[in-house]
Amino acid sequence: MVEEIGTTSEGDLIINVGPQHPATHGVLHLVITLNGETIKKVEPHLGYIHRSIEKMCESLTYRQFIYVTSRMDYLSAHINNHGCALCVEKGLQVEIPARAQVIRVLMDELTRIASHELWWGAMAMDLGAFTPFFHAFRERETINDIMEETCGARLTMNYMVPGGVMQDLHPMFQKRVKDFLVLYKRKIHEYDELLTGNIIFQNRMKGVGMLDPADAISYGCTGPTARGSGVRCDVRKFAPYEVYDKLDFEEVTEQGCDSFARYMVRIREMQQSVRIIEQLIDNIPSGDFQAKTKAVLKLPKGEFYQQVETARGELGIYIVSEGGTTPYRIKFRSPGFSNLSVLDHIARGSKLGDLVAMMGTLDLVIPDIDR
Amino acid sequence: MFVIDYIKEVWRAVKSLATGMRRTLFYFTHHREIITQQYPENRDTLNLPERFKGEVVMPHDEKNEHRCTGCTACELACPNGTIKVITKFDISPEGKKKKAIDKLVYHLELCTMCNLCIEACPSDAIKMAQTFEHSVFDRNQLTKILNNPGSKIMEGVE
Amino acid sequence: MWSFSQIANNVHEWLGRTFSPSMALFFEMVLAGIAVIGLFALLGLVLVIMERKVSAWMQIRLGPNRVGPKGMLQSLADTLKLLVKEGLTPDGADKFLFNLAPFIAMIVAMLLMAPVAFARDFQLWDMNIGILYVSAVSSITVISILMAGWSSNNKYSLMGAMRSGAQIISYELSAGLSVLSIVVLTGSLQISEIVHSQANGWWIFKAFPTVLVSFVTFIIAVTAETNRAPFDLAEAESELTAGFHTEYSGMKFALFFLAEYVNVFIVCAIGATLFLGGWMPFHIGNWQGFNHVMDYIPSSLWFFGKTFFLIFVIMWFRWTFPRLRIDQLLTLEWKYLLPISMINLLITTAIAILGWHF
Repeated sequence: MVEEIGTTSEGDLIINVGPQHPATHGVLHLVITLNGETIKKVEPHLGYIHRSIEKMCESLTYRQFIYVTSRMDYLSAHINNHGCALCVEKGLQVEIPARAQVIRVLMDELTRIASHELWWGAMAMDLGAFTPFFHAFRERETINDIMEETCGARLTMNYMVPGGVMQDLHPMFQKRVKDFLVLYKRKIHEYDELLTGNIIFQNRMKGVGMLDPADAISYGCTGPTARGSGVRCDVRKFAPYEVYDKLDFEEVTEQGCDSFARYMVRIREMQQSVRIIEQLIDNIPSGDFQAKTKAVLKLPKGEFYQQVETARGELGIYIVSEGGTTPYRIKFRSPGFSNLSVLDHIARGSKLGDLVAMMGTLDLVIPDIDR
Repeated sequence: MFVIDYIKEVWRAVKSLATGMRRTLFYFTHHREIITQQYPENRDTLNLPERFKGEVVMPHDEKNEHRCTGCTACELACPNGTIKVITKFDISPEGKKKKAIDKLVYHLELCTMCNLCIEACPSDAIKMAQTFEHSVFDRNQLTKILNNPGSKIMEGVE
Repeated sequence: MWSFSQIANNVHEWLGRTFSPSMALFFEMVLAGIAVIGLFALLGLVLVIMERKVSAWMQIRLGPNRVGPKGMLQSLADTLKLLVKEGLTPDGADKFLFNLAPFIAMIVAMLLMAPVAFARDFQLWDMNIGILYVSAVSSITVISILMAGWSSNNKYSLMGAMRSGAQIISYELSAGLSVLSIVVLTGSLQISEIVHSQANGWWIFKAFPTVLVSFVTFIIAVTAETNRAPFDLAEAESELTAGFHTEYSGMKFALFFLAEYVNVFIVCAIGATLFLGGWMPFHIGNWQGFNHVMDYIPSSLWFFGKTFFLIFVIMWFRWTFPRLRIDQLLTLEWKYLLPISMINLLITTAIAILGWHF
């Protein structure tokens, strides 16, 4: 006996994609209304990995809460920590040593490359090509090794502390990063051979998931998702922090507005990150890696906001302080949440196979969305 | 011309596919590029960097002495309540009471390896060990007492 | 010289001497059945380990290397695991069709073994409509997939089955048309005649440009027909989790899995027979010495060598390309492969009539 369940009154099929599904990269739950293969509606259901990080942070001191933020967007853990550290420093009014600033920027850019590498492999896997995943991991593994050597961990490093960085750079750091750059430049053409130039891939990406610049702004998209629609929104350019204003790099934008444009933005962003690393790696100033701070940090009464550019877009950290050792309220504006909200808009009318590709180009990290 | 465009399109498509296939064939035939590490076999040659954060340990010297004063700075710095310092009072030969640790309880199952306790320690009594094979059959085994039985504080550490 | 045909003849003679003719025929059928099932199991094991090794090396990995020497017994261990797993039937499923579907997939794959010429004069049944039989029987595969998808009472399965139906039916066309070009050149549907017509050179060399085109279309079409990546939309694990066999587990899943690999083997065997001369050794015109050396290599080796080369090519596709979308899949067939193979068939026919091939 086959019952007619899970259909709408118009006879459209309702499909649950997730929370356990190979394409959702985590516990995202999408309720999709399908007419044949064509998508009529996508409804994301959140909360499967909600750990109430914002509430947790309220009971942790200003030194302690930073490590929790690595667990939000775990692929750009350094950048999350960086934002939090900057926000606390803003309240403390500390001057960060030049060496610490450069180290932070170097780590951020390495993280950005590692994150985009993982995205590249995972998106290829969403499209059914398995091989690029392993090739991307080869380069990513090198970055993880560098991180392991200097920060002591591969994913959740907790390296940024208020006032600078936790430890000085490892003596081998410069050599390792240079080796990585050589490896990266030797292998980068493979990305084009395996995926970018592939006719199947281009047909899957071009003209799919159109996102107008106006819609990108109104949905609050940031990062490569918005820059793929030609919206200039790089925090590193319009509100530079650390040494970004002294560096020579381009803000990558593409005018295509489709999945392929978002893909190309990330590919080109990796090259810009390499450019930043090349400028800094030989010019790390000597000096302290950490400013002198008090043992117990107390932020003055007030509100502090800091935005940073993670690999997925703009991360905002908003701290309300009552003058104590713990924040009164903390709020994260995570890039993944706004980028996910655009999914329904761009997916309507396209095929089920395209939905997976679009989710790939939005580069969703579910713990970042739920927090 | 329609036909010429059609043929050109087909040719371009075939060429792009052939480029990808050449790349995979290269790796199929070049086994030296393989990056797999055969983990349990290479355990002896496995080289973890000295900063790797595996678990918190308390180094003891050959006289079974450690550097921990029992100041609870690590306990206060820990965001998860991983460390619990249980202190006692030693009676020194001169008859003075002196604070010392009885047990330093470390819950490995709660630890996130954030390194804040090591940063906070004023006397460098604890450090991170480069171990990573932490799995055990009983969860109770993850609760560890870091100071050795019968150990005492090193001379000159305040 | 030792060969498969000699063994077959000896067995045949011995059975003819010992039993009455009808009993002898019965025993021969039983033996053939056992041989097919044995080959089936062996092919499953070999092809799975081959796929895993090929994929591993293309992905800069080592692949299975723990069970047996160099991991060669890995697929045996996997089979054992699947055998002892519980074969679950979902509550809302149509139980009869659900359990029937994997067996239909298997039976189709077994039936296709019949006309394949494995070595010189070694064939289960050299029927005079061999090619027609293959293309007719292979289209039954779609019934098993549709049956599995429909009876699972799972939306993913249903979508996978529907995709597969659209896909297999469209790609049958260009596969059939590319096969026809060889039929036109040989003038026969019989497998043994097609092989014998390539004694002085394989078709891919004899009628060079057109047969090459039909060879390429054939390979693309059969990749789609066997639901292999980049045309694996029926399973498409990033979209439909596992497509039509989402609800299958244990041995019933293994039967689908096995049937897929045996189907790959058979279409590659047919491709090797039609375009690369089957068991016929590689001969070059009048080079008597060279041709003689080639004849020393056993014919079964030639056949399996060519077949496994084609299987490797299909695996190579799988581990290189991303998956197509359903509308692009149909566009590829109806706008590219079908017109190309139709025009190609026309040119091949002209070549055959005018005798412009070697």
